[in-house]
Amino acid sequence: MIWLTWRQFRTQAATVFAALAALAVVLAVTGPSLAHDYAAGIAACTAHGGCSTFVDQFFNDHQTLYFGLVAIVMFVPAVIGLFWGAPLITRELEAGTHRLVWNQSVTRTRWLATKLGLIGLAATAAAGLASLAVTWWSSPIDTAAADRFPRLSPLLFDARGIAPLGYAAFAFTLGVTVGILIRRTLPAMAITLTVFAVVQIAMPLAIRPHLIPPVRLTTTITATNVNGFLISPGRPVHVTVGVSEPGAWIISNQTINAAGHVVSGVPVSLSTGPCVPAAPPRPPFSQACFTKISQLGYQQQVAYQPAGRFWAFQWYETAIFLVLALALAGSCFWWTRRRLF
Amino acid sequence: MTAVIETQRLGKRYGRRWALSDCTLDIPAGRVVGLVGPNGAGKTTLLNLAVGQLAPTSGSIEVLGGRPAGGPAQLAKVGFVAQETPTYAGLSVADHLRLGARLNPGWDAALASDRIERLGLDPARRAGKLSGGQRAQLALTLGIAKRPELLILDEPVAALDPLARREFLQSLMEAAAEHELSVVLSSHLVADLERVCDYLIVLVDSRVQVAGEVEELLATHHLLTGARRDPATLPADQHVISASHTGRQTTLLVRTEAPIHDPAWTISQVSLEDLILAYLSQSADTTRGHRPVLEVHK
Repeated sequence: MIWLTWRQFRTQAATVFAALAALAVVLAVTGPSLAHDYAAGIAACTAHGGCSTFVDQFFNDHQTLYFGLVAIVMFVPAVIGLFWGAPLITRELEAGTHRLVWNQSVTRTRWLATKLGLIGLAATAAAGLASLAVTWWSSPIDTAAADRFPRLSPLLFDARGIAPLGYAAFAFTLGVTVGILIRRTLPAMAITLTVFAVVQIAMPLAIRPHLIPPVRLTTTITATNVNGFLISPGRPVHVTVGVSEPGAWIISNQTINAAGHVVSGVPVSLSTGPCVPAAPPRPPFSQACFTKISQLGYQQQVAYQPAGRFWAFQWYETAIFLVLALALAGSCFWWTRRRLF
Repeated sequence: MTAVIETQRLGKRYGRRWALSDCTLDIPAGRVVGLVGPNGAGKTTLLNLAVGQLAPTSGSIEVLGGRPAGGPAQLAKVGFVAQETPTYAGLSVADHLRLGARLNPGWDAALASDRIERLGLDPARRAGKLSGGQRAQLALTLGIAKRPELLILDEPVAALDPLARREFLQSLMEAAAEHELSVVLSSHLVADLERVCDYLIVLVDSRVQVAGEVEELLATHHLLTGARRDPATLPADQHVISASHTGRQTTLLVRTEAPIHDPAWTISQVSLEDLILAYLSQSADTTRGHRPVLEVHK
């Protein structure tokens, strides 16, 4: 059974792993010089000053490739679900060969177990390889961009650490399950992609932030912690603040009034008084304005996940997707034994 | 005598349609069984139930004393050549033999490679490039070389030209005789079955119309020709399968265990083909709701 699985799978496996190997080689060649450039630049700016300029410059120089690699790591599980998972059984059903192979002296359960086991392992290995290589190569840029794009933020989180292994296992079993239910390759691929995309979007928006209760912080709005304003004439000023811990993933950022109710912004006059915006390049609001906001009793309420929780989140995420993958695999066994013919 | 396939009121329903209903059969071992019926009669359903590809909706089925596809041992005992003789288009002939060897503990490698050589198939050729007849032969080789006790074939020759059909059936018969296989073979081509089968099952509209040894069927069915009369006047032990009348003459196909002594009849031997056709058209009449007792052809 292992032989047959491999014989049927080898072309698909070769395609994906050849592409990943090429990627790994490119990263292995360019990675050390990237790390060296960053270390040298940091050493120089620590000695002579101007580190923030260097870090910005360094990030801007590499950001296209950086986000390209993030996209690749996010695509690997989708590709696996589409091209390894969905056709696994539909191909047999479409060609009728399931009636050939299920009448050899091997039970359907063993047939499916071998296929899911071996290809599932290959799927997690492929995603693991991609994530490992990209995480390693990107680590200087991750450090440089920690403020703007913390590792915990939705996009980066999906392309770092061990979470991609869980995604790959999930996408693969999702493809197989959809294939069993739909029985035709192309519709199964389309549905697999849609469901996988929906799950990948819903996870960071709706589920991940609540896996660990976020740290909640209520703080006065000051010139140092303020992160941004949204000034529109006649409307309250919408304020966001930062937290002092670098790399934190801010989940909510709300202004509350003196009574403790959430408001859409601070209703200060922009035409008279201390909060008349200054012209660029000076910061729009003066210290007097912040004092005034504070006097009016407005504070900022922030919920965030500290950077130190990155690996805890990675483990949770991976475990959730592995459990989903196991549940889907279980349903595959059920359907194959009961309903298919 | 042990049964290769034993069913009790076996039925299979798809949605609201019964593909097979109330099927009770007891097929003895060592036969070449022909399963005949029009398209859509339930032949494929019955065979798929026998190999465990399908699960029954009602009733029970035992194959060689076990539940179909109940485990590796059961799977090893039953060979199956499915409809349209599926093979892996991307795998070579040699790959298929390797597949057979890997997946069947009882695989007879010498038998398989002998057959492939005798058929003149190139082992390196992909199954997708084989002709229909060659593909059917490859599927048959896989079925035979796992050395089953029972070989089930679902319309194996339906897509083949007459020459390939004859060759296929011939090699099937040789293998059956050589390895003492029981064979169950479905077809809607009566002539094919007449040549190879010694046991017959007629299946129409999801029901078994008749089942039995070919010799016995031929011995108990008679074609009676005589002056025109109503078939209802026949003795009770003579069952009319089909009747046709002209202005002065009546021709009946009757089934009876007892000899027919009525001197009014000219009794002649019925061919297997006529017998099968009689059963097929009989059920076509019953499904129409009425069966004319007296039908006049002028």
